Amino acid sequence: MYSSKIELITKFLKVNVLLAILMVISQSTVLAEESAGDGDFNPSEMINHHIMDAHSWEIFHGLTVHLPVILYSEEKGLDVFSSSNFYNDAHEVVPYSGYIMEHEHIALANGDHVLDFSITKNVLFLFFNAIALILIFSAVARGYKKNIGKAPSGIQSFFEPIIIYVRDEIVKPNIGPKYERYLPYLLTLFFFIWFGNLLGLLPAAANLTGNIAVTMVLAVASLIITLASGRKTYWMHILDPMGNSMGWLAKFPLYLILWPIEIIGIFTKPFSLMVRLFANITAGHIIILSILSLTFIAESIAVGIGATVLASVMNLLELFVALLQAYVFTLLSSMYFGQAVEEHH
Amino acid sequence: MELVTPGIGLIFWQTVVFLVVFAILAMFVWKPITEALRTREGFISDSLKAAELAKEEMNQLKADNEYLLQEARFEREKILKEANAVANQIKEDAKVETAKITEKMIDDARKSIESEKQNALKDVKNLVAELSLNIAEKVIRQDLAKDNAQKELIQEFVKDIKVN
Repeated sequence: MYSSKIELITKFLKVNVLLAILMVISQSTVLAEESAGDGDFNPSEMINHHIMDAHSWEIFHGLTVHLPVILYSEEKGLDVFSSSNFYNDAHEVVPYSGYIMEHEHIALANGDHVLDFSITKNVLFLFFNAIALILIFSAVARGYKKNIGKAPSGIQSFFEPIIIYVRDEIVKPNIGPKYERYLPYLLTLFFFIWFGNLLGLLPAAANLTGNIAVTMVLAVASLIITLASGRKTYWMHILDPMGNSMGWLAKFPLYLILWPIEIIGIFTKPFSLMVRLFANITAGHIIILSILSLTFIAESIAVGIGATVLASVMNLLELFVALLQAYVFTLLSSMYFGQAVEEHH
Repeated sequence: MELVTPGIGLIFWQTVVFLVVFAILAMFVWKPITEALRTREGFISDSLKAAELAKEEMNQLKADNEYLLQEARFEREKILKEANAVANQIKEDAKVETAKITEKMIDDARKSIESEKQNALKDVKNLVAELSLNIAEKVIRQDLAKDNAQKELIQEFVKDIKVN
C-alpha cells in the first residue's frame, strides 16, 4: 500500500518534469521562430506580447486563429467581424471599416473610444476553463450518483479529498457553523482559479488568471458576498470600533480618523486579493519567459541548456504556485466571509 | 500600464462565464456532492455510535454476568457454611446422645454388678451358715474326745472346703 503510493508519486513527478520540459521546449521554439523573424530580438516586447490579451490566438508561428471582434460604440452601434480583417496579406496591421487597432487596442478611426467585447485569447481560454470545469465536475458528480453507499472511484476519488480539504480546512474553520451557504461559491472559486492557473501554464495558452480583469471580477464577487452577509457585529466593528471602552465625546474625534481607515479597509481586502493573484501568476510567466530569452540574447547553446533546466524548475514551481494561489484566494475569501457572519461575542 | 488596466470586455465575459459556471456547478455538482458527503459522513458517524452503544451494552452484560456469578458464589458459600454448621450440630448432638447412652449403660452395668455382688454375697453368707451348721452338726455327731479324732475331723472338713 505504502510503496504503491510512493510509486504513484514518483510517477506523477516524472510526468510533471517531462511536462515542464516539454512546455519549456515548445515555448522556446516559439521564441526562436519569433527571434528568427526579426533581426533584432526584443525580450520585453516578446514577454509583453505573451502575457497580454490579443484578438488572435497564435498557437505557433504560422498558425494563428483569428478570433471574433465584437465592438460597440454610440456612432456605429454593434459590430461583429473577424480580427483577420485587421491584417493584410503581408501580416501588417491595417485599419478596417472605420476602426483602427494599435497594440491590440481597438479605437474608432477618428480616435473616439469604443467598447470592446471581443472574444479575445483570454475570453477563449475563459471558455475552455469553464468547459473543463463543467465536464470534469459533472463527471465527479456522476460518480456520487453511481456509487451511492460505496467507496468513491475514478476521477471522483481524485477530487473528493480536495473538495473535503477545501470544506474542512479552508471554509469550515474560517466561517464557522454557517459555512454551508458559502461552500458552493468557494469551491467554484478554488477550482476556477486552480484550473485557470494550470491552463495558463500550457504552451500557447493565454495568461488568464494573470489578467487583472479576471482577478478583479473574482475579488469583487468576494467583496459583494462579504458586504451582503455582513451581520451587526461586522458593521459595528467598522462604525464603532472602540465599542463601550470610552464615551462618544472622546470617541468622535478619534472616529473622524478611524472611519475613513475602516471604510478604505473594506476595499483594500478584495484589492489585495485581486493584485495578489494577478501579480503572482503574471510574475511566474515573466520569469519563465525572461529565463528563456537569455538564450536568444546570448545566442549560445550552453546558455540555452542552462536556461531550459532553470525554466523547467521554474515551471515546476509554477505548478505549485497555481495550487497555492487558488488556496490563498479561497482561504482569504473564507476569512472575510467569516468576519462578516461572526455573531457578537 | 495596460497590464494593470482591466479591460471592459474581459470583465464582462469573466462575469458572465463565472456566474454561469457557478450556477451550473452549484446546482448540478456541489449540491449532490455535498449531500452525498453529508449522507456518507452521517452514516459513518451513526455506525460508529451504534458500535459504541453495542460495546457499552456488552460491558453492561458482562458486568451483570459478573454480578450474578458473584452472587452465586456468595450463595454457594452461605449454603456450604450452613450445611457445615448443621453437620457439626448433628455431630455434637450425636456425641452428647452417645455419651448419655454410654453413661446409662455403664450405670446399668454397675447396678447389675452391684446387685449380682449382693446376690453372691448373700449366697456366700447362706453357704457359710449352712457349712457352719454342717460342721456343727458333724462336730456334735462325732466323738470329740480324742485328739486324733479331732484332727482327722478338721482335716476332713478342710478337704471338703478345698473341694468346694
